[in-house]
Amino acid sequence: MTATELVVDEHIPGTQHPTAIERTSTVTTTREHASATGTRRLSQLDTLEAEGVHIIREVAGELERPVLLFSGGKDSVVMLHLAAKAFAPAAIPFPLLHVDTGHNFPEVLAYRDSTVEHYGVRLMVALVQDHIDAGTLKERPDGTRNPLQTVPLLDAIERGRHTAVFGGGRRDEEKARAKERVFSLRDEFGQWDPRRQRPELWDLYNGRHRVGEHVRVFPLSNWTELDVWEYVDREGIDLPEIYYAHERDVFLRDGMWLTPGGWGGPKEHETIERRVVRYRTVGDMSCTGAVDSTASTVREVIDEVAVSTITERGATRADDRLTEAAMEDRKREGYF
Amino acid sequence: MTAIMENASTSTTHELLRFATAGSVDDGKSTLVGRLLHDTRSILADTLAAVERASTAKGHETVDLALLTDGLRAEREQGITIDVAYRYFSTPRRSFILADTPGHVEYTRNMVTGASTAELALVLVDARHGVVEQTRRHAAAAALLGVRHLALAVNKMDLVDFDETVFISIRDTFTELVATLGVDDVVAIPLSALAGDNVVDRSPRSPWYVGPTLLEHLEAVPVGEDPALEPLRFPVQYVIRPQTDQHHDHRGYAGRVQHGVVRVGDHVVVLPSGRTTTVESIDGLDGPLAEAFAPQSVSLRLSDDVDVSRGDLIAALDGATIATQDLEGDVCVLSDRAIGTGDHVLVRHGTRTVRARVVGVSLRLDLTSLESSPHTEPLRLNDIGRLSLRLAEPIAVDDYSHLRRTGAFLLVDDQEGSTLAAGMAVVARCLEG
Repeated sequence: MTATELVVDEHIPGTQHPTAIERTSTVTTTREHASATGTRRLSQLDTLEAEGVHIIREVAGELERPVLLFSGGKDSVVMLHLAAKAFAPAAIPFPLLHVDTGHNFPEVLAYRDSTVEHYGVRLMVALVQDHIDAGTLKERPDGTRNPLQTVPLLDAIERGRHTAVFGGGRRDEEKARAKERVFSLRDEFGQWDPRRQRPELWDLYNGRHRVGEHVRVFPLSNWTELDVWEYVDREGIDLPEIYYAHERDVFLRDGMWLTPGGWGGPKEHETIERRVVRYRTVGDMSCTGAVDSTASTVREVIDEVAVSTITERGATRADDRLTEAAMEDRKREGYF
Repeated sequence: MTAIMENASTSTTHELLRFATAGSVDDGKSTLVGRLLHDTRSILADTLAAVERASTAKGHETVDLALLTDGLRAEREQGITIDVAYRYFSTPRRSFILADTPGHVEYTRNMVTGASTAELALVLVDARHGVVEQTRRHAAAAALLGVRHLALAVNKMDLVDFDETVFISIRDTFTELVATLGVDDVVAIPLSALAGDNVVDRSPRSPWYVGPTLLEHLEAVPVGEDPALEPLRFPVQYVIRPQTDQHHDHRGYAGRVQHGVVRVGDHVVVLPSGRTTTVESIDGLDGPLAEAFAPQSVSLRLSDDVDVSRGDLIAALDGATIATQDLEGDVCVLSDRAIGTGDHVLVRHGTRTVRARVVGVSLRLDLTSLESSPHTEPLRLNDIGRLSLRLAEPIAVDDYSHLRRTGAFLLVDDQEGSTLAAGMAVVARCLEG
């Protein structure tokens, strides 16, 4: 396979410089007021924001050719927003990478492209389909392409000689992720070995690695799903519309509402219904389920998340249900 | 508990407390962590169902709450906790990050890791056994890492019939112990993690106890230090130079205020060069600021065209540290590679990494007796001892017990890049003037 067959799309940045920064200027006054009362204490969200920016700047200062994984999901958007703040008024000094399964929601792809233009960054896209066409990957019998993202991802990292790869993973998402470091070393095959993790102390992140190895970096490690939504609300960050309640044709599989599509659903015995739903996570259409919801604004989503009795991935991810250690196994192989 | 149910949502005035747990095997730490998560509504139905399924599959009659924190396949298979796990929960008053550190395998390494970012250490004892050797080691590690607040959970009080004299005896032994370690804030709480007494809800079985429940204490303990009482420490992470027409001469020194407060107009010194300059402006994450304080991430612009780059430290003129090539510190060895006299390592301090040679090993701390004794042999995994290092370039370091974040350093393997040891600088106080 030649280089031209992969990492195809390069979106040329728009001329606008991060307007997101300007949009949030109204917030400053309230928080300056808080500090003027003499408390000099950061709120929880400000603490997490300061930590995220610190982590992103460490990578830019220490590591060569970083790249930020961008799916259009809420965590990757928040990470991008932090990166814009970290380097303002300069441009974000690294590109974005999207691994496109070919089964993405069209609304999310449209959102991805407009967001890239809004923040004035360069986007590279690695396509699962290219690898299937070239024979380096095979379709799975269940039709889901989520686990197939690892090969294109590692291939793009190797081709771009990226020594640092930002991911939006959070420790509250999943039990294997709860043990993940902020700076997480991957060997030359992109593999994660949980037993050989470096101890991580204070905020002294150790990104040193040997040639061929790279570091996955998770600036949102300490954020929860609720923190992300509170931050989206505070900063006025736009998200793909499928995060909010909308009417959609869906069918039930394994207790989840899946959306019909060319990826292989519904099967004969599965019937389509029209329901009011929203998505709590944004992934491959074949394995991301919608939840019944009437939450159509950020505040309504926050109220819903705050009283939810089901975790984000438990409600919406078929790929984590395969085995008890499904996430750990995928991470070991080099998944996000 | 009703209050928690009503408002689990966070607000912008919400504070964050990071704390670490430590306990010996069978003290009931997993049960206590499970209880805290459960009673603050932080374990959701599907997670609990998964744990129930796994418990049944393992043949347990009751739900094994340890499976909540043992996230890795090897941990579940072997029934042990290998690694520090981070847990998140919140109440209407605060959000919490809990570093759950395993009590046995490589416990010192994990305890040190968990305690490095913690403001409070929660130490568990079994009411039937009281303060044991492990308790002393946990308390010593927390004190060494500069954890300001210790909470002692005297667990399994139901097994001693909530006897007040048992509790008081354990509390007094522990308080006496930690006084010798230099920790002055200690709160002891009698509880039963299994039954929930005094964890979130006040127990009717201990009417003699008038102190806070565990959660009340976690919600009330002071968070952070007052930045105004500390001198400014600002390690430069990155230089922001937009090089656009609009921001032609912009040169921002990006970093995180690690200690203290910085105001526009402050006279500061850049270390290790020693050049002095003035803060011209401060760019916060949402625009210009008149002042910034720890732990904010900001960008400083300076009035003189001084040479500043990543690795430099911007510090207050008053109470500035001095840059030195001779570093002395207490280290906890975290890797299988022993560290001895003559070894070459890298020292990571703030945003600077420098080559270094171990000049000598002088002491080793016995965590059980809490005494240091002369020691010149190499330090091995889980050892805590004192080293002196000669650095290839000067660094501006503070005494760890005085300023935690600029007194901390790592020893890093110069070949593999792995983290070898956690270091806490020892700087003679007379240098602070």
